[in-house]
Amino acid sequence: MIELKGISKSFRVAKREAGLKEAVKALFARQHETVHALQDVSFTIGDGEMVGYIGPNGAGKSTTIKIMCGILHPDSGGCVINGRVPWRDRVAHVRDIGVVFGQRSQLWWDVPVADSFALLKDIYKVSDADYRRSLSELTELLDLKELLKTPARSLSLGQRMRCELAASLIHDPKILFLDEPTIGLDAVSKIAVRQFIKKLNQERGTTVILTTHDMQDIEALTERIILIGKGRILLDGSLQELKRRSASQKRITFEYNGPEPSLPAGTKVIERGPHRLVIELEKEWLSVSEAIAQISAQVDVVDISVTGMSAEEMVAQLYREYAL
Amino acid sequence: MKKYQALFTIRFSSGLQYRAAALGGIATQFAWGFMELLAFLAFYKANPGAYPMEFSQTVSYIWLQQAFLALFMTWFYEQDIFETITSGAVAYELVRPIDLYNRWFCHSAANRLARAVLRCFPILLVAFIVPEPLRMSLPPDLGQFGLFMISVPLSLGVVVAFTMLVYISVFFTLSPIGVRIVAALLADFLAGGIVPLPFFPDVVRGVVEILPFAAMQNMPLRIYSGHISGAAAVRGLFLQAFWFVILVVLGKLWMKLALRRAVVQGG
Repeated sequence: MIELKGISKSFRVAKREAGLKEAVKALFARQHETVHALQDVSFTIGDGEMVGYIGPNGAGKSTTIKIMCGILHPDSGGCVINGRVPWRDRVAHVRDIGVVFGQRSQLWWDVPVADSFALLKDIYKVSDADYRRSLSELTELLDLKELLKTPARSLSLGQRMRCELAASLIHDPKILFLDEPTIGLDAVSKIAVRQFIKKLNQERGTTVILTTHDMQDIEALTERIILIGKGRILLDGSLQELKRRSASQKRITFEYNGPEPSLPAGTKVIERGPHRLVIELEKEWLSVSEAIAQISAQVDVVDISVTGMSAEEMVAQLYREYAL
Repeated sequence: MKKYQALFTIRFSSGLQYRAAALGGIATQFAWGFMELLAFLAFYKANPGAYPMEFSQTVSYIWLQQAFLALFMTWFYEQDIFETITSGAVAYELVRPIDLYNRWFCHSAANRLARAVLRCFPILLVAFIVPEPLRMSLPPDLGQFGLFMISVPLSLGVVVAFTMLVYISVFFTLSPIGVRIVAALLADFLAGGIVPLPFFPDVVRGVVEILPFAAMQNMPLRIYSGHISGAAAVRGLFLQAFWFVILVVLGKLWMKLALRRAVVQGG
């Protein structure tokens, strides 16, 4: 159980205008600016939930994750995770969580991956039996067999990310924080990582909190999304809800022969060209088949394609709505 | 304890990998040791009575210093610790159920030991077979050698606890270069790394000999040759233990403060 109540955090950042003159000025009087990374952030996440934590760059995602991991102290507000305040009880707290920072590595660069795992085993005081079980399970699920003897420096990014995931799960944590786990991965590796996370959540009941910019991650994995922008929570709801809200916005593309058709009522033109028409359904009472029927009654339709709004577009629209 | 053992082992074994670096180090230390000894020899020849240490004691001091340089050098720092702080990778260190101070302490002590183990034997071997008067002598008796063996780990502890303060300062300055250069040079000089402390002028020596830097290489190297012996040596060990505790407590408190205000760099 994760509970955040009114968490705020600000940083002081040194600022100056560009240029030599300003640089000299800054030698004597340094100007600081307070950046409010988080303002009054509150949410509750239950055990076994899988939550997508999304927002544009600099919105405060990583800061929230770091507070939940006990790395950062917030300026105000409370956070209780499994009955503990992370930053006050850091050592006990981190025993129960696993973390993957997609942009950093937790594997020792020069030694085989298996050695890094063994060290983590000792750091987390995992018993030999548990370690063997955990390792063989992870090896199979993530297909690590060939990678264990390789030093981390010789792994490809996709291979490394699989090892990173395994490394963060050796001690069988109750909560897994994933900060951009699929960043920079190719399609195959992304799918492998997603499948693994899904399985983990279903089989071990691990609570997963995922930040990402890849909406396919969110679509494939999470039921619930929390949208953060400029340090505030803007939306906390299910992905289904969000989808329903924008589901009516279907787009139909026609390729046709003949004169320009007139538009069915309740549609909007997105693009109009010679022998090509893209319309969007605005009203719910108009169905896709009806719109197609009306157009094809007027012209000779050569090709039709119907597309819904992708999650990517939905989020872009949300960002626009909130002027992020 | 087991986790520290594991950390120690992984660092120690990766420190043992660098054979070429060790060979280079050994060569440098031979050259340096001979040079220093020859310079001292010239001074002693001019006026044997004018110096606070016997020549044989100075010889042992310098050979031991070269052999165990890796344990005592105040100007050696772990690059990865600096990088961990400046790049923000420290975030990963903090999600482990382990005290960060102890973890880094362990890391640096292990690396210093690994380096010392690789370098000390060839240097000691040669130091014991070169012709007199440059040959290193054995300690005066077994008791003195015992005191020396206690003093060495204490020195290592004081040196590492001192370097920990330099690491922690990077949380605040974000650039290790300034603090590191000043701290390293000053500490090396005051620890007797350039000239043994007995050679300092009397006025200065009174102060310098009670500073934490005097609890570094100064103690074991002088205890070995019997320049500090008996009750004075025991007092020396207490001085070392005292500074070790003070520096560790200071470091831990400062680390706590640093982490409370920490900004993890780079997103």
